[in-house]
Amino acid sequence: MSGGHSTYTPKTGLGRWMDARLPLPRLVYDSFVAYPVPRNLNYAYTFGGILTLMLAVQILTGIVLAMHYAANTEIAFNSVEKIMRDVNSGWLLRYLHSNGASFFFIAVYVHIFRGLYYGSYKAPRELLWILGCIIYLLMMATAFMGYVLPWGQMSFWGATVITGFFTAIPLVGDWIQQLLLGGFAVDNPTLNRFFSLHYLLPFMIAGVVVLHIWALHVTGQSNPTGIEVKQKTDTVAFTPYATIKDGFAMVVFFLVFAYFVFYIPNYLGHPDNYIEANPLKTPAHIVPEWYFLPFYAILRAITFNIGPIDSKLGGVLAMFGAIAVLFVVPWLDTSKVRSAVYRPWYKLFFWLFVADAIFLGWLGSRPAEGTYVAMAQAATLYYFAFFVVVMPVLGLVETPRRPPNSITEAVLEKNKPGTPAAGEA
Amino acid sequence: MNATDSTEHTRRDFLYVATATAGAVGAAGAIWPFIDQMRPDASTRALASIQVDVSAVEPGMSLTVKWRGQPVFIRNRTDEEIEAARQVPLEDLKDPIARNDNLPADAPATDIDRSAGEGKENWLVMIGICTHLGCVPLGQQGDFGGWFCPCHGSHYDTAGRVRKGPAPENMAVPAFEFISDTVVQIG
Repeated sequence: MSGGHSTYTPKTGLGRWMDARLPLPRLVYDSFVAYPVPRNLNYAYTFGGILTLMLAVQILTGIVLAMHYAANTEIAFNSVEKIMRDVNSGWLLRYLHSNGASFFFIAVYVHIFRGLYYGSYKAPRELLWILGCIIYLLMMATAFMGYVLPWGQMSFWGATVITGFFTAIPLVGDWIQQLLLGGFAVDNPTLNRFFSLHYLLPFMIAGVVVLHIWALHVTGQSNPTGIEVKQKTDTVAFTPYATIKDGFAMVVFFLVFAYFVFYIPNYLGHPDNYIEANPLKTPAHIVPEWYFLPFYAILRAITFNIGPIDSKLGGVLAMFGAIAVLFVVPWLDTSKVRSAVYRPWYKLFFWLFVADAIFLGWLGSRPAEGTYVAMAQAATLYYFAFFVVVMPVLGLVETPRRPPNSITEAVLEKNKPGTPAAGEA
Repeated sequence: MNATDSTEHTRRDFLYVATATAGAVGAAGAIWPFIDQMRPDASTRALASIQVDVSAVEPGMSLTVKWRGQPVFIRNRTDEEIEAARQVPLEDLKDPIARNDNLPADAPATDIDRSAGEGKENWLVMIGICTHLGCVPLGQQGDFGGWFCPCHGSHYDTAGRVRKGPAPENMAVPAFEFISDTVVQIG
């Protein structure tokens, strides 16, 4: 897949027979064994592998949970309790699945921020980045629908609020909402279709992941210097180097994951979701899962009308815009230097952006009143300014430091005894 | 036919276009049932109307009933509540339209237009769904003594009209009528 010539030589008769008919072993060898990766990848680059593993964990635990779950409003809540109490090891499988969703998002956020920091989205990797954005969107849809399935209060009211976004669309909004719900309110048809789609979407994610990795293997991996691979000494073989490094990162990641699953399995959840859904009573505070909180804060920050757009539509547009803007990042960034390592000002704005995103997340968990609203408005302003002002303007006015001539030079420079470390210093 | 007259429209070109068009129309037609099945089904639509006995609802009491899976507030308002709502000038309203399915679409949001009408001004029947994002507002709370939505902080007055917060519209009044002095038919 790398575009280079294949170095695979089958050693056995069966291997040669296979290679002449379906060269799958050759594809695997070329993609995951001999495939050259930049020698300077750090641990931020291990999250792609971790994400693949989390997708596998979610699909595996999800398929098993679906064998015990019933998507009917009369029994859905109780069937989840049955999984927790009666099904053998059911509590473990469910906690793995529900915490797995959170850890999937932790990994994807590190992965996205890493891409933003090292300029991984820049040419020629625009499509690779966009495919990643599509995966992220699919993940959000999957997670949202999965959260509805236990049919608790947060499930029900989260679904009500989120499908309510669509009523903000002029003229056809109500029709679209009824189309999504299959009724006039969240009810049994909604639960049924969400279950069906929650089962389908992970496989669509897996499909886009294949495209994502294919595109990655065409352009080659980016790296912390942002310089393209130029010579053989710039790279090492995927196996054993990247496999071992990814494997070690997975183990560490799973240690933290296991701590949550076994010791604080409900820490990231919400107690209201252990109350069965009641269409006549809204909980005092509706809060989405933590991974949606920054967008929730942006939604609620628009409390004013903008010309003909009322505050409700404005909030929904801002929220979807916050995700849509990611798709055009490759064309918003005008800098000729790829990596933030050599961009002192971008580095500053980047870390401000990370802080801003976390701050928005915290604001999303607060009630929408008083000073919280003003703070959310300021944070929302910076969120968009980072993409549509900082990225285009900074690329034109910033004087970057001179990047090294090659990855090899950067690595040797850094490890040369007696000289100050270059690169990430 | 030879290569020189390839720029002229031939019978074959017509057949290509006709086939492609028929194929596109057919494909679009085949997609429709897949979209159509998502719409509210017959059993959901059949629950279009309900009858509610309100004889036990004294002034100052409310009843919440479920209609089309949504809560409907039926409130027997006190004289003070009616008076408070009448005092509000129309210019002070965020949404000056009555949003009452029993009246013309442009009826103003006066208190009488929001209520069950002449002689039944004390009755307020409305879908108990915040027009922001669909939460159920809490009764007799908020800055205007009407309803308060805990989700995103919208305040409604004693006629169910939005006065403050992100909600764009007054709470909707469904089509309903008193089929006797004590029974309301909703829908």
